[in-house]
Amino acid sequence: MNQFMDWITQPWPWYVAGPLIGLTVPTLLLVGNKTFGISSSLRHACAICVPAGIPFFTYNWKKEMWNLMFVLGVLIGGFLATQFISNPNEIVIAEQTKADLNAIGISSFSGLMPSDIFTWSNLFTAKGLLFFVIGGFMVGFGTRYAGGCTSGHAIMGISSLQWPSLVATIFFMLGGFLMTHLMMEPLMKLVGF
Amino acid sequence: MQVVEKDIKAEVCDAPNSQENIEKGLALVKYIIIGILFGIIFVKAEIISWFRIQEMFRLQSFHMYGVIGSAIVTGIISIQIIKRFGIKTISGETVKIPNKEFRKGQIIGGFIFGLGWAITGACPGPLFAQIGSGFTVVFVTLLSAIAGTWVYGKFSDKLPN
Repeated sequence: MNQFMDWITQPWPWYVAGPLIGLTVPTLLLVGNKTFGISSSLRHACAICVPAGIPFFTYNWKKEMWNLMFVLGVLIGGFLATQFISNPNEIVIAEQTKADLNAIGISSFSGLMPSDIFTWSNLFTAKGLLFFVIGGFMVGFGTRYAGGCTSGHAIMGISSLQWPSLVATIFFMLGGFLMTHLMMEPLMKLVGF
Repeated sequence: MQVVEKDIKAEVCDAPNSQENIEKGLALVKYIIIGILFGIIFVKAEIISWFRIQEMFRLQSFHMYGVIGSAIVTGIISIQIIKRFGIKTISGETVKIPNKEFRKGQIIGGFIFGLGWAITGACPGPLFAQIGSGFTVVFVTLLSAIAGTWVYGKFSDKLPN
């Protein structure tokens, strides 16, 4: 049992996690003819809470309840993994990443998320505005405009050999590279790091 | 047997429900369970980590590329098997995979999402797992993402597409 716990609490390598995530595609298809895609849940949330007569949010969302159940499960899964089988050691990331992030103001490297950023005390500050409000808005706006996110396009779309999804994925990566390499440092300075 | 690829014109975006049988109540529990397993993998492989996303965009680790790459390979093989053998869903329906049509949004929207992904360290899936993992402030990020989705919906007919 101890050995099992030692093994399961370790971070899982990519060649275990990747194929398991890939298996979500046939699982959803075979269990209920469902196409994998997570950003849709955000659209359903809009359709349920504030459709405001907008055609984009006027559809039979009850039929898509499965998607909201799925993301509820993801939230519960995050809780269970953290409560019961979390890694007792600090996260190991590349030394160079640590050094680069340190140089732009990140000082804490324990846990999965930097406590310099992701705390409630940052909410009503410039840091919170950038990392929660603006960042979140871009994720929601961008994924919907693109018609999908990493799951819907990169995994489901490319898996079913659809080239528009490959285009979308390339632009996801380009946006990420541009932000990380050119905009991150000045933005971090701007918000007080 | 061949899988019919029906052209559903982005009726409900990227993850439509193609099942004809209507599922209610307990039938929906299976999606919670699949979601739970998915969330556990997200945390255990550290995909929800802002640090891991930074590492990926800085090209300093293979981890995330390995995860996404092997997930895609597994997905391709699985779909080919389903098509080749005409495997049906558990309720006996033919598997449907809607086509994704090319639009300018995949370029512009994709790029905007990429910028946001590097800031938040999360795509929509990990947002939920981060909240569950105790980073409760990410709930604000989620609300903002929902707001972003709403604003897109409001102005979608005025945006280039």
